[in-house]
Amino acid sequence: MSPRFLVPLGVFVLLVIVLIVGLNHSREVGVLQSPLVGHEIPDWELPMLTDPAKSLGSRELKGQWYVLNFWGTWCYACRAEHNTLLQAQHDARVQIIGVDWKDENSADALDWLSRLGNPYTQVVTDKAGNTAIDLGVAAAPESFLVNPQGVIVYKEPGVITPQSWQHEFLARLPPQSSVPATTAGGS
Amino acid sequence: MLPELGHFALVLALMLAGLQAFFGIVGPALGRDRWVAATTSAVAGQFVMVATAVGILVYAFVNFDFSVLYVAENSNSALPLMYRIAALWGAHEGSLLLWIFLLAVWTLAVAIVSRNLPQRFAARVLGVLGVLSFGFLLFTLATSDPFRRLIPAAADGRDLNPLLQDPGLAVHPPVLYTGYVGLAVAFSFACAAMLEGRMDPDWARWTRPWTTAAWAFLTCGITLGSWWSYYTLGWGGYWEWDPVENASFMPWLVATALIHSLAVTEKRGLFKSWTLLLAILGFSLSLLGTFLVRSGVLVSVHSFAADPDRGRFILIFLGLVIGGALTLYAWRAPLLKSNVGFDLLSRESFLLFNNILLVVAAATVLGGTLAPLIGDTMGQTSLSVGAPYFRPTFLLAMVPLLLLLSVGIHANWKRGRLEVAAKPLLVILAVAVILAAAAVFGVYGGRHALAITGFAIGGWIILSSLLDPIDRLRRHLSLSRAVLGMTLAHIGLAVAVIALSGVESYTSERDIALGTGASAQVGGYDFKLLGTRALEGPNYSATRATVVVSRDGRMITTLYPEVRQFWVQQQTRKVAGIYNLHGTDLFIALGDDLGAGRWSLRAQIRPLITLLWLGPLFMALGGALALSDRRYRLERAAARASASGAAAPGEAH
Repeated sequence: MSPRFLVPLGVFVLLVIVLIVGLNHSREVGVLQSPLVGHEIPDWELPMLTDPAKSLGSRELKGQWYVLNFWGTWCYACRAEHNTLLQAQHDARVQIIGVDWKDENSADALDWLSRLGNPYTQVVTDKAGNTAIDLGVAAAPESFLVNPQGVIVYKEPGVITPQSWQHEFLARLPPQSSVPATTAGGS
Repeated sequence: MLPELGHFALVLALMLAGLQAFFGIVGPALGRDRWVAATTSAVAGQFVMVATAVGILVYAFVNFDFSVLYVAENSNSALPLMYRIAALWGAHEGSLLLWIFLLAVWTLAVAIVSRNLPQRFAARVLGVLGVLSFGFLLFTLATSDPFRRLIPAAADGRDLNPLLQDPGLAVHPPVLYTGYVGLAVAFSFACAAMLEGRMDPDWARWTRPWTTAAWAFLTCGITLGSWWSYYTLGWGGYWEWDPVENASFMPWLVATALIHSLAVTEKRGLFKSWTLLLAILGFSLSLLGTFLVRSGVLVSVHSFAADPDRGRFILIFLGLVIGGALTLYAWRAPLLKSNVGFDLLSRESFLLFNNILLVVAAATVLGGTLAPLIGDTMGQTSLSVGAPYFRPTFLLAMVPLLLLLSVGIHANWKRGRLEVAAKPLLVILAVAVILAAAAVFGVYGGRHALAITGFAIGGWIILSSLLDPIDRLRRHLSLSRAVLGMTLAHIGLAVAVIALSGVESYTSERDIALGTGASAQVGGYDFKLLGTRALEGPNYSATRATVVVSRDGRMITTLYPEVRQFWVQQQTRKVAGIYNLHGTDLFIALGDDLGAGRWSLRAQIRPLITLLWLGPLFMALGGALALSDRRYRLERAAARASASGAAAPGEAH
């Protein structure tokens, strides 16, 4: 057997090794995993929707579990997500902080909440989108689950569904009994 | 009930594929002619079972059976009938079933046409196809069952991905897959020859039409995909060197090389082991493409939902099939020697250069596509390459290839003299350069090196391809369809080269923001936004803009670009407004609502783009023309006559 006829097989073996490494790598990282998961949430501080003079930030929320949900009245998908959030708020196992993102007019956001119902414990506004940039938000809706130490435990890169709420959010919370009764929020 | 029958049909198909592989490979090896004869029955049975499964899934889609998970995930009560059928290949499970179905169709065709081939050889070909089919059926049943039930049934479905709700995309996957899967036939012919340990002198003639057919489908499939992304993705691009596009392009490059090396093997009995290797490589790259698209290893706009388990399965399958074939190659290819020589300037040499350059081009594309993975292996994170890598490296292989083409088609077999003296070729080259310069400086203006080179090369190929046919016509000699097909395909390539050089050099593009009644100028044309209005489609609402295009105050056309908002998936899809003016596209895509009646729009003027779709069409038609050549039909008739004449048991092969 002449060795030159073995060359294709050799090249193929190398290729397979590369593919195996690639496959394992894609499992570790996950396609849409945010690099922030597992790290402390970047400090944020945003004005409240109802009263821009007041603000809420990561410092006030330390010691509590919360979900930070980016939405906007301009975002169709957020509307689809809205009902799930309203349902989720009934469980009252974790507070949902809404971030009204890139809405030029606060009145639109208030109108949306009064018409469709308000699933949020608190709503803050990020008109300029700086916090969204810090958190690597690509498109609304996006949500982050943050633990009492201020570490991002999970990021939902799209619409929260009843299934994902159950399996990705609630499943990550400590057993029900040990969760402190929902506080009145950061105000 | 029906979906369970569909699942059961797939199980039966798996068993029949196993039998087909066993009888087809073991039968000839042990010399059991009954087993050999049983192979064809297994093929027919497997085809019926796979067709039944496809029929049942289509029926479930057409009749809104949302108790089937795959239907619930990819259809909706508002989805029009055409897309309910196309939804079959709208996601991973169904498109895999389509793949298996097409493999069954090709296999059946091989079984029918190969009745005239030596029986044991034909059985081996079918046996290898059986192995492939078995692997894919097992993959479907183990990881991707399209008939899984959803209990309780969904009230309504989640709808087909809006990007796929388009006539262009409804037909793109079946055509592309037909090409991909068709390469399995050449692969199986190669494996069968290696299993026999010898290559029949007629082997290349048997393999050629199959390869040409698969190649023609692949050509159409890639072009359809490119056309679709051009008018729906909203950015007006036609080729992005995306991993999935590359995955279809690499097998095409290798299949093109294979067509040419098969010609040498058929005519001169040369390049045998090289031809075998190309036949293996072509289908291997198809399989690799499948792996890349479905495993989530590379991220792409086209990829299916990532699933590492599926990735692992395909990788094992890939390793067994390709690894097995290459091992067989290392073992058996050294036996296939040819002792004839050829001169440096003979047609054989030119075809050898053609093969080397095409394989180098495929290798550079492969390297770029896998760069992120190679980076991972080296411990580097997110190494990724794009057009700045692909374009120059690809051109480096393509330009010499195109330059050699014009000369190569006039070279003689074996002897190193040019059939037509060098003089007419040089005269033609001069004519092509003058025409190119006239087009560049006279019509388009500007001083683009790429345009003038591309136009000149394209013109040279067209003129020199026509040289021989015109000469034969003048002398009232016959022209075979094979030669006409080749000429047409080469002209198609030249047309595509001219189109690409023109589009790349002379596209004007601008992103503009317009209020109602305002206008902006792009590439000498005025685009005026008259306004927008809301529309309702069967399963979407849309915003449609009215844009008037004019030049020097004279109105040319009115375009209606749309943004469609699909209700169920809440996704948008753009439909660009395109007007074709003598081969130049005036293109406008609607962007975002900027508020206060202002909209962002993307306007493009793309000269010669029509030729970009026509070129590949000519190539595919050339392939079809070559397929219809008398030679293959006579061959078949002759074989039939001799087969019936010597129908003794254990007939010679």
